[in-house]
Amino acid sequence: MLQQPYDVEVGAGTMAPETFLRVLGPKPYKVAYVQPSRRPADGRYGENPNRLFKHMQLQVILKPPPENVQELYLESLAAIGIDLRQHDIKFEEDNWEAPTLSAWGVGWQVMLDGLEITQFTYFQQCGGVDLFPISAELTYGLERIAAFLQDVDSIYDIIWARDPQTGHATTYGDVRLADELQFSAYNFEAADVEKTWKHFELYEAECRALLMHYKFEGADPEKHRFPVLAAYDLCLKCSHLFNILDARGAISVTERVGVIARVRALAVGIAKAWVDQQKSDFASKEKSDEPEPVLEKRIQKGKLSPVGF
Amino acid sequence: MPDFLLEIGCEEIPARMICAASRELRERTAALLNRERLSAAEIASFDTPRRLGLMVAGIPSAQPDITEQVNGPSISVAYKDGQPTPAAHAFAKKAGVDLAQLEKITTAKGEYLAAKITRRGRSVAEILTENLPKEIATIYWPKNMYWRKANERFVRPVRWLVAMLDGETIPLEFDGISAGKISRGHRMLSHGDVIIPRAGSAYVDALRAAKVLGRAEREQQIRKALDAATRTIAGARWQEDQSLLDTVVNLTEFPSVILGGFDPQFLALPEEVLVTVMRDHQKYFAVEDANGKLLPHFLAVLNTDGDPEGLIRHGDERVLRARFNDARFFWETDQKKSLLERLELLRHVTFQKDLGSYYEKTQRVQRLCSWLSEIIKQSGREVRPGVIHKAACLAKTDLTTELVKEFTELQGIVGGLYARAQELDSSLPEATRFAIADAIYDQYKPESTEDEVPRSIEGAVLSIGDKADTIAGMFALGLVPSGSKDPFALRRQANAIVKVIAEKKLPLPLCAMMRDARAGYQGQEAEKKFIDDARFDESVRAFFRERLEFYLKDLRGYAYDVVKAVLAADAGDVVDSVARSEAVKQVLHMPEFLAIGAACKRMRNILRQAEEKGISPAAKFEYLAGSADEEKDLAAYIEVNGPKVEALRRKKEYGDALMILSTAREHVDAFFDEVMVMVEDEKARANRLALLQTLLKEFSTIADFSEIVTEGKG
Repeated sequence: MLQQPYDVEVGAGTMAPETFLRVLGPKPYKVAYVQPSRRPADGRYGENPNRLFKHMQLQVILKPPPENVQELYLESLAAIGIDLRQHDIKFEEDNWEAPTLSAWGVGWQVMLDGLEITQFTYFQQCGGVDLFPISAELTYGLERIAAFLQDVDSIYDIIWARDPQTGHATTYGDVRLADELQFSAYNFEAADVEKTWKHFELYEAECRALLMHYKFEGADPEKHRFPVLAAYDLCLKCSHLFNILDARGAISVTERVGVIARVRALAVGIAKAWVDQQKSDFASKEKSDEPEPVLEKRIQKGKLSPVGF
Repeated sequence: MPDFLLEIGCEEIPARMICAASRELRERTAALLNRERLSAAEIASFDTPRRLGLMVAGIPSAQPDITEQVNGPSISVAYKDGQPTPAAHAFAKKAGVDLAQLEKITTAKGEYLAAKITRRGRSVAEILTENLPKEIATIYWPKNMYWRKANERFVRPVRWLVAMLDGETIPLEFDGISAGKISRGHRMLSHGDVIIPRAGSAYVDALRAAKVLGRAEREQQIRKALDAATRTIAGARWQEDQSLLDTVVNLTEFPSVILGGFDPQFLALPEEVLVTVMRDHQKYFAVEDANGKLLPHFLAVLNTDGDPEGLIRHGDERVLRARFNDARFFWETDQKKSLLERLELLRHVTFQKDLGSYYEKTQRVQRLCSWLSEIIKQSGREVRPGVIHKAACLAKTDLTTELVKEFTELQGIVGGLYARAQELDSSLPEATRFAIADAIYDQYKPESTEDEVPRSIEGAVLSIGDKADTIAGMFALGLVPSGSKDPFALRRQANAIVKVIAEKKLPLPLCAMMRDARAGYQGQEAEKKFIDDARFDESVRAFFRERLEFYLKDLRGYAYDVVKAVLAADAGDVVDSVARSEAVKQVLHMPEFLAIGAACKRMRNILRQAEEKGISPAAKFEYLAGSADEEKDLAAYIEVNGPKVEALRRKKEYGDALMILSTAREHVDAFFDEVMVMVEDEKARANRLALLQTLLKEFSTIADFSEIVTEGKG
């Protein structure tokens, strides 16, 4: 599956619902998408050749991971023109963890000639839920890979496009520099701390209120209509606003832990609701490729409570 | 006897875990073979990032058969009228032998029927197939994962298994994979699958052909290549770094080395920063000239056979340039705000959630350092107040710099470098400023037991004060290290305190110092959560005693019993404990002290037994009419020599004090030969107990000689 980038601000491709929610539950899923990832504190006003407020990740989720997942990954590098026989490639331990999502996994940073080009993670837990099956997550750092392929020292010198008629090159800087400069100025200087806190609290309250209404018990025929996805959008908003406040220096180190815990509580609640919703959704729609006993059990469960409330 | 081969093929195992896991697999297998009476001639490991291999040479093909005797029914039950009964038949059947082969045995309870049963030894293939998977599954990993089943955990997914006895596969299974003969070669330099012809050296040869080398060979190849690459620059050498070498050995299956360079302009950055970037972030070796000055070159260890086109070098240089650019950017940005201005920022940096911010810590450490300086001054040593005060004030300000945020391992060092580069205070002479910078630079030293202690006395005081404050706060909160749990590395910090005090010979009493460190928290919010002072004193005393014991034994190499004896006398002063250990070690070979040790044990026993019986010694020894000559002689000896020993002890001339004590031997021996302590006469008994008590006290002020192990010595 190729997906489009998610259109709510996220700090990493992992946070897009195509990863955060799809890795939950038993359904196999294979998806790839590019995800612009915004990290306000990483902004450098466009002055640092290697650091960006917003960078692009190519995110791949393979659930469950195929036996030859590493080999497939290496083939993907060959496919974009890297002759691995000519280069030095190493898988170095790097275990990924996202406390705001209560998610973690083990894996590697893949080093190509000393450059970290991919984060390779075997997801173990997401939203506080132990995963089964697990997923392999491949996160390619696109700017780095492009700079490597084009052999430029600054991300801003990457050629984004070339006019086929005139040969005129448009660079990454042409496209994105203003973005980096202005958002750095906003995130570090201009963002109104009080209002940003207020936004955070509003989104948080809305998300919590929604989640409070989710009913885990019983087979509610209306369950599939429950807006878990909307709740997740609200949670992502909180996460992004937290990042702005953090960059703005508005969150003391002591407070930080507490705010992270608040966002995590939302993420964990959403993950739980999603898993539950998928289960009942699964039961009512999918009847073919489930093993017999499981199917029986689910039908039975449906029979026991034919009417929702 | 066949050879056995096991290879667990795995996705890349974290470099830091390979050695320990490989050793554990070897030890577990050796223990298994021992348990199963299959002792092998030799077990060797073969490990790379993608495999844990095990080569067992000369393993018996089966367990030896065991013959054992099984007892059956009594003769009276087994035979009726000379004929075997059903009971006898049943026993023979159960034992699997003919009736005629049964024997008669005589026991205390009478005559019984018995059978000799020979139990066939199981084949090695069977035993390994059954038991090795369990051993593999039990290997300890600091961090593991599951992938196939939620309850099967290993460091990374296992992808293949080889298990062979000579040329034959054994049907071993692990994590859903059946063992075969197919291993895998180097990811890029081989065609992938490698058929292993047989266990033993053929395995190593097959892998070598597929560009996979064993550990020793890889290390040798890397060392050689580092030397060769460095030789191309006149007068240069690579910075030896065993831990980096171990890392790259564990990251490669077929290593080679390239020499790269960087813009000499970057040499304007501090060497510490450049080396950290190269070593910790890129795993490159630094190159220096004959005088130890950094050269604009680096050495990268590749997991491939070379770089004929220079593509890898080009890439490695490009990444390093970006890293150095970052570092330079941070260095320049950080200079915009002086350390002094950064002090205020520490209010927002948490030291520990219950112990407040680094700003508060700074104030406490400043205060504690002044107190420590005062005590040191009393012994005539100079601690420059202007230096220690300022150094303690600025010590933690580098935590707010971009450079430390990026390279946390450089905390302290960066502060020192910035302090040197900044004016700090225009009234300060340069020498003072540099002394402040050095103290800040050294504040985390020693970071391990091998690491050096701070260069200056102010650096030493700062290092001690900072750590004592941390330990005091944590202990007061009840966060005491236990077993393998020491999340704040308090043991390491206490080890550092002991080492600095010992090597700088500082007159700092541990308990008083910790009490004062604890007092630094007075009036702070944290105090509400503190344990009471008595419990604090007790836990801190026990903790430091352990650390001191560790230092004397493991770092100074004093014998276990010497350390015990010395610390039993007193464990509150590090320098004094070292001096007493040395003095005791010097006299321990003398026969007099072996005798005194034995006598002390005897005295302690007598006194303890008396106490258990409720018999107390007299308040003071008196010369009684009935006193034995040896008793009076010993008392007179103590009266004369006791004060002399005490005077020497006060002067810390322990060697001389012990020499005097050694002369006590003949008096003590004569006393024990001729005088009975626990006599019926109550007065004589109490009097003699008093004499022993005094004597034991005299002997035990330097070391408790009853702790000395006398057996096998002298």
